[in-house]
Amino acid sequence: MIRYIIRRLLWGVLSLIVVAALLFILFRVLPTGNPALLRAGRDPKPKLVKEIEVALGLSKPLPVQFWDYLKEIFLHLNFGYSYYSQQSVRSLIAERLPPTISLALGAGVLWIVAGFGIGIVSALRRHSLWDRAAMGGALVAISAPEFWLGLVFLYLFSSDIGKFKLLPGAGSYVSLSSDPWKWFTSLIMPWIVLAAGAAAIFARLMRGSLTETMREDYIRTARAKGLPERDVVRHGVRAAVNPLVTLFGLELAALLGGAVIVETVFNIPGVGRLSYQAIQSADFPVIQGTVLLAAMFVIVANIVVDISYAYLDPRVRYS
Amino acid sequence: MTMGRGPDEAPLLRVEDLRVEFVSEDGAVHAVDGVSYEVRSGRTLGIVGESGSGKTVCSLTTLGLTRHQGARVSGRILFEGQDLVTLPEDELRAIRGNEIAMIFQDPLSSLHPLYRVGAQLIEAVRAHRDVSKAKARERAIELLGLVGISDPARRVDDYPYEFSGGMRQRAMIAMALANEPKLLIADEPTTALDVTVQAQILALIERLQRELGMAVVIITHDLGVAAEMADEIAVMYAGRIVETASAERLFAAPEHPYTWGLLRSIPRLDAQRAADLTPIPGTPPSLINPPSGCHFHPRCPYAQPDHARIDPALEPVPDDPSQFVACLLETQVRRRLWQQLGAGDTPEQALAAVGLPSGDEAGAPA
Repeated sequence: MIRYIIRRLLWGVLSLIVVAALLFILFRVLPTGNPALLRAGRDPKPKLVKEIEVALGLSKPLPVQFWDYLKEIFLHLNFGYSYYSQQSVRSLIAERLPPTISLALGAGVLWIVAGFGIGIVSALRRHSLWDRAAMGGALVAISAPEFWLGLVFLYLFSSDIGKFKLLPGAGSYVSLSSDPWKWFTSLIMPWIVLAAGAAAIFARLMRGSLTETMREDYIRTARAKGLPERDVVRHGVRAAVNPLVTLFGLELAALLGGAVIVETVFNIPGVGRLSYQAIQSADFPVIQGTVLLAAMFVIVANIVVDISYAYLDPRVRYS
Repeated sequence: MTMGRGPDEAPLLRVEDLRVEFVSEDGAVHAVDGVSYEVRSGRTLGIVGESGSGKTVCSLTTLGLTRHQGARVSGRILFEGQDLVTLPEDELRAIRGNEIAMIFQDPLSSLHPLYRVGAQLIEAVRAHRDVSKAKARERAIELLGLVGISDPARRVDDYPYEFSGGMRQRAMIAMALANEPKLLIADEPTTALDVTVQAQILALIERLQRELGMAVVIITHDLGVAAEMADEIAVMYAGRIVETASAERLFAAPEHPYTWGLLRSIPRLDAQRAADLTPIPGTPPSLINPPSGCHFHPRCPYAQPDHARIDPALEPVPDDPSQFVACLLETQVRRRLWQQLGAGDTPEQALAAVGLPSGDEAGAPA
């Protein structure tokens, strides 16, 4: 098991290097991406561009540049400096991380609780009115893009422009430490919008998976033992969860992509909006930093999922 | 119908005219179609029949386990005087796994793959006894020892996949015995197991039955298993009991042509290698549209024209009131047919010997 974890971690590092290499090619090798040219202002003299190239180390041969670039990222955790604010990318991201973590964690909890909960009730009451409504709603939630769903929510419920002024609208985010209640209420809509798609997919998967496991022989055994129906369902759910765990890592990546959009729609000062702004202004070091951060997060999450799978299903033991 | 010793002794389980139907897209499936039987304390009833004869549905219904599949049930299932058909779910739950326990055909799929064997046993104990987890665990280890699993204190923490097929069935039996039930229903308990393991499991059930004084209903398609275990045997066909008798009587003097068919399709070590087995022709009938008259008539070599019209009732055999048969042939005719078959005749030769037209001729207009 330990060897498996170490191997997975090494593969994770390799994946990160590949991501970094792709970013390098995108921003330095392809002609549109010459950072010196981007920094030199409008219609620069070639001499100025040359000077900046030397200052940024761009005049060295590409392999040397790549080596320096990797060293900076992996040894010094230095992702460079923003072309616009001149702040270090690391501090920019660190500043923006708390809102994003608030958003992602809350949406993650909502995703799991709502997805599993709705799926379980639907599986146990198949073809009931509840089931039809829930599965119909899930279809809508899967089909609706976040930016549209976000705008609809703002239009309906935000306290400034909403039809029903129930919740604080866009730009109302405050940090947890300054005002916990306001933090919570300002995130309710973003959480729902971000979690909706993933929760809907999981509700449908859970419904299918639990419907199958509730037909298994061991469920009959559980009933024959005289267990209360609550425990019988627990037996079914325990077995139904496993096939969904492997999908968790994949959905997580989609959730991160969604966070960029949700932070933009709701004007939350997080990493997602940072990357959106960076993309708009071609602030390559910032884009690079946020992409690497997201890649690392997805890789680590998938390793955690695979390891936890071994604990959830004793028949699977990695060697 | 009485099966067993004194008629004054009240049976532990008495099933009266049980009918179980399932609704399907093609119509109602009459899985059990008017079945009655009794089981007395400490005795063993064997229910024998082909797949789809309704024997499993019968016993699942006893525990109320067909309720979840949307079955329509009528008739009565009296267990110690309570009618299990109409008993509310929570009262029935208190009986399941407590007074009546059941073990199933496939011990691998019947154990939850993701819970430890011990945890599943502990659950069974605690479903009916208000004991601590530690006490229940002690009981689980004791039960595993009782069913012959060596080093039970260690194996109690294993997962089912770490057990062999025979051990899993032992674990299932341990789970069934957790609360010392009065009645154990064993549904094809050895079908999924190797032959050598089969004998061990049957011996185990017999030993435990003696030690705990349980009644046992053993459901099987294997007459060998029934012969080994049962005091009384009921033969089921297409949702009905067609013959019932003491085990000795059923093997010595079977009355129903379907029972003959079952007996004649068993390979025998003492028979000549060249002697062919005699399979029962055809396949079990549809339970949605069962055949008219005697349900067995389309496959019966001895069927006469009016057997497609008249539905035989289960009636006592003249000289043995403990044996019942549902067959339209005259008793004397049946016995001569069985004699002829015993002498090595084919069904056609036997029919000719008793002076009846064979199935084909009987079907043709005279």
